[in-house]
Amino acid sequence: MQLVLEKRAERSAAIAIASPLIAILLTLATMAILFAILGKNPLTALSVYFLEPLTDAYSLEEIAVKATPLVMIAVGLSLCYIANIWNIGAEGQFLVGAVCGSWLAVRTNGTDAGIWVLPAMLLFGTIGGALYALIPAICRVRFGASEILTSLMLVYVAYYGMDYLVRGPWRDPHGLNFPTTAPFDPVATMPLLLEGSRLHAGTIVALVIVMLVTVMLGRTIMGYEIRLVGAAPRAARFSGFNADKLALFTFAVSGGLAGLAGIIEVAGPIGYLQPDISPGYGFTAIIVAFLGRLNPIGILVAGLFLALTFIGGENAEIAIKVPLDLTKVFQGILLFYVLACDSMIVYRIRLIGGSPKLASSHG
Amino acid sequence: MVDALVQIFGLIFSVNFVLTVITSSTPLLLAASGELIVERSGVLNLGVEGMMIMGAACGFAGAYLSDSTIVGALCGILAGAAMAAIFAVLTLGLAVNQVATGLALTILGTGLSGLIGAGFVGQRIVPTPQLYLPFLTDLPVVGRILFGQDAFVYFSFALIIGIWLFLYRSRAGLVLRAVGDNHTSAHALGYPVLKIRFLAVLFGGACAGLAGAFLPLAYTPFFIPGMTAGRGWIALALVVFASWRPARLVAGAYLFGAVTFLQLSVQGLGLGMPPQVMSSLPYIATVVVLVLISRTRGTAGSAAPASLGVVFVPDR
Repeated sequence: MQLVLEKRAERSAAIAIASPLIAILLTLATMAILFAILGKNPLTALSVYFLEPLTDAYSLEEIAVKATPLVMIAVGLSLCYIANIWNIGAEGQFLVGAVCGSWLAVRTNGTDAGIWVLPAMLLFGTIGGALYALIPAICRVRFGASEILTSLMLVYVAYYGMDYLVRGPWRDPHGLNFPTTAPFDPVATMPLLLEGSRLHAGTIVALVIVMLVTVMLGRTIMGYEIRLVGAAPRAARFSGFNADKLALFTFAVSGGLAGLAGIIEVAGPIGYLQPDISPGYGFTAIIVAFLGRLNPIGILVAGLFLALTFIGGENAEIAIKVPLDLTKVFQGILLFYVLACDSMIVYRIRLIGGSPKLASSHG
Repeated sequence: MVDALVQIFGLIFSVNFVLTVITSSTPLLLAASGELIVERSGVLNLGVEGMMIMGAACGFAGAYLSDSTIVGALCGILAGAAMAAIFAVLTLGLAVNQVATGLALTILGTGLSGLIGAGFVGQRIVPTPQLYLPFLTDLPVVGRILFGQDAFVYFSFALIIGIWLFLYRSRAGLVLRAVGDNHTSAHALGYPVLKIRFLAVLFGGACAGLAGAFLPLAYTPFFIPGMTAGRGWIALALVVFASWRPARLVAGAYLFGAVTFLQLSVQGLGLGMPPQVMSSLPYIATVVVLVLISRTRGTAGSAAPASLGVVFVPDR
């Protein structure tokens, strides 16, 4: 008796739809066990985590605010992952985008600069993120260096660079010695969607990006190229598609979107530059991309779900005194289950028994 | 400027320099040794950072609760191997993409280690004792360097020599390399590809766990969440740097240890350089080294095991 993995004759459409849901259910079950081990009532804990944030208006707004950067970054990353290119340094591109955009906000601070400041900041953030992402892309295309490792190393470099700026040259002289820049002027902050809430125009930007990328993937030659290079690299090469150009393009787009998310986060909910502007959005976005099946609409849903876990985690820390790290555990387990369930689209597990061992025939 | 250079040279040619380099290189060498075997078997486990930080948390917990460094080290090894087992079940059992699974392992390890280590933050343990041989350790210059290290350091060298012997002087090592270079042929010859890879991945996890345990047991006598600080990723880069060869791995690990030393000591010289520049030095160095190594090799990864990262599903 033996369990073996066997390729399905064709991809299972039913499992393709159900797999993210199965993965979430399995994760919830695992979390329930974990809560029980921590000595908490699993049902209470799960409801604090996943249901209570959905019941009050403030938390719902917060979910949209947190989902905004996640969706923006994950949509860009999905382009890379579809094409089998591994940008895992979105966190660094997010930070560099935040820094590049903030440069303008810091320079114009206190002057009577006009409403052009915010659009220019968003542009600088996008360009900064894209250029930073091109470093690992060029290292890969030109020198053959693994983009996985270089893009990740650059996250640390970006972090220290930003840390230097906010503690050194950009520090607010009136800021009571806190390592932050001066609060951004009104012309350098994202307009709010509702008076008195934290919901800002960046959420609209994220939705527009989801639509644009959906069209790009489904309706343009570039989108076709990305899908073909990922699905059948040999066929793509024979049909004359340039894999190097594609690597540069997907890296630049994903870096640009991460950079845009970074400057929107700083100019939106935060309002000034400081050392910890991200609770790991760039890494969580990797999970969002896979949970959303590398599809822009799927990513939108997945982004909202993972934003829920951030809010739920914060609530649970206060309400039932569980460590904040539990959110990361949840995210890691979820990614495992998503990947495992996705495997079942292409393969099936079969129990075979009593078959004679072929290996013994030449022993 | 000249004074500063003189001071830097003075630092490099000191016993202290060698001692610091050894301590900062050992975790890199341990983790990279394990990953070398994993990659030689054709599997790319990017979760080294996650396995290391779990090794650090569990290693410290074990040592704190039992008052024994050995128990701590064993806990670290077990934690790393357990994490690796999850990776192996997914990538080998269910044929899941190795890159994505490795990332998931790192995310999970970061969270889980915070959870386990939370109760131990701020606690201290007795650091791992260093060897002391009367007379030998007291020798000038070489005494402390050769005969005054802790068990982890000696073990890391024994490990890499053992790996070299295994890979190039044993039949099992030959089979492992064959599996990594061409899993289809190895399977056709009747070798159990998945079983060999499973064992290799477990070994890699054990090494990463031990490397992680080294940090709170010997490097600092306490546990801080996230104390691996990217060392797992640097270990991965070291395997590429070493072109998957054990001897070059030692050279690479010690080169990076030296970079860490520069980072620590130049800060003290007051060159007016912001500390953040020095802190990012090991990461910048990794990128530069990866580029140089990949470039001199011409085409990408020609020294890499041919089946590295490729999913294998045996036919029957």
